[in-house]
Amino acid sequence: MTGEVVLQIVLTVAAGLVGVGLYGALSQQSIVMIMMGLELVLNGVLLAGGAAWFLITPELPDAQMLVVVTLVVMAVEMAMGFAVTIAIYRSRQVDMVDMATELKG
Amino acid sequence: MTELSSIEVTALIALGALAVVFGAAVFIVDSMARATFALLASFLAIAGALLVLDLVYLAVVTALMMTIEMAVMAVFMIMFMMNPAGLMPMSMVHNKRGSVLAGATVFAVLVTGIWMVDWPTRRGLVPEDPTRQLGEAIMGSHMLVMLVIGIALFGTILAGTVLATSRGRYDRFGPDLKAPRPDDPVRGGVGR
Repeated sequence: MTGEVVLQIVLTVAAGLVGVGLYGALSQQSIVMIMMGLELVLNGVLLAGGAAWFLITPELPDAQMLVVVTLVVMAVEMAMGFAVTIAIYRSRQVDMVDMATELKG
Repeated sequence: MTELSSIEVTALIALGALAVVFGAAVFIVDSMARATFALLASFLAIAGALLVLDLVYLAVVTALMMTIEMAVMAVFMIMFMMNPAGLMPMSMVHNKRGSVLAGATVFAVLVTGIWMVDWPTRRGLVPEDPTRQLGEAIMGSHMLVMLVIGIALFGTILAGTVLATSRGRYDRFGPDLKAPRPDDPVRGGVGR
């Protein structure tokens, strides 16, 4: 199998992770489950970044940096997500997004 | 190493497929603990795929970070979900059709792009030590990225602390911070 086809197959798998994660983030009611959906989307980006580095530009570090940035985004998303979950539960006893509608127009 | 052997290609695709299967299982299983560990399995499969792609350091970071993150996540899931053990199957979704449609559309658009694009041919060879390549980039040509990451993580620490504080100084000393005595539930100091 040539490198290009391998790249396309791996990127397709990554797109699958993005699609599943997006479904989860849009369909779940629990705030924690929405965070899991977002993490799955970022998981797909990790795979795509690693594949792009190995199969397109292994001599440049840019794609590796993209993977590092994705890992940091995951950490920040989890930390802020948990903090917001606790803050909104503490003030309003809200643990589902359908209950947090104060700003709904 | 220059090219992937057929065993490595098979391993890469199999690990990717496993990651998708476990990722889908997150939203299928009833038990919240199981959902968390399905997500962990998905992350570990991606860490394995990064290992196949010679990114040893990033694979180890992914595996360690996600194992701890999912351990914390499991605690939160059990705290905040109504049905942590999945003993009473219940549906916790809204707008299911729209979500399936959005996920499938995004997947279809991405796949179309992936198979239509004329990808550039591979430039160069994998360096002897990819971790050294990353380290030198972080400390050299790509230092700005690392500086921004550092500031973002510092901002996260501050924001996390602010959100986690249940009573700040404005709750204690009023909106103008001019109250002579703090309004505390239990008075502090000697002789209370």
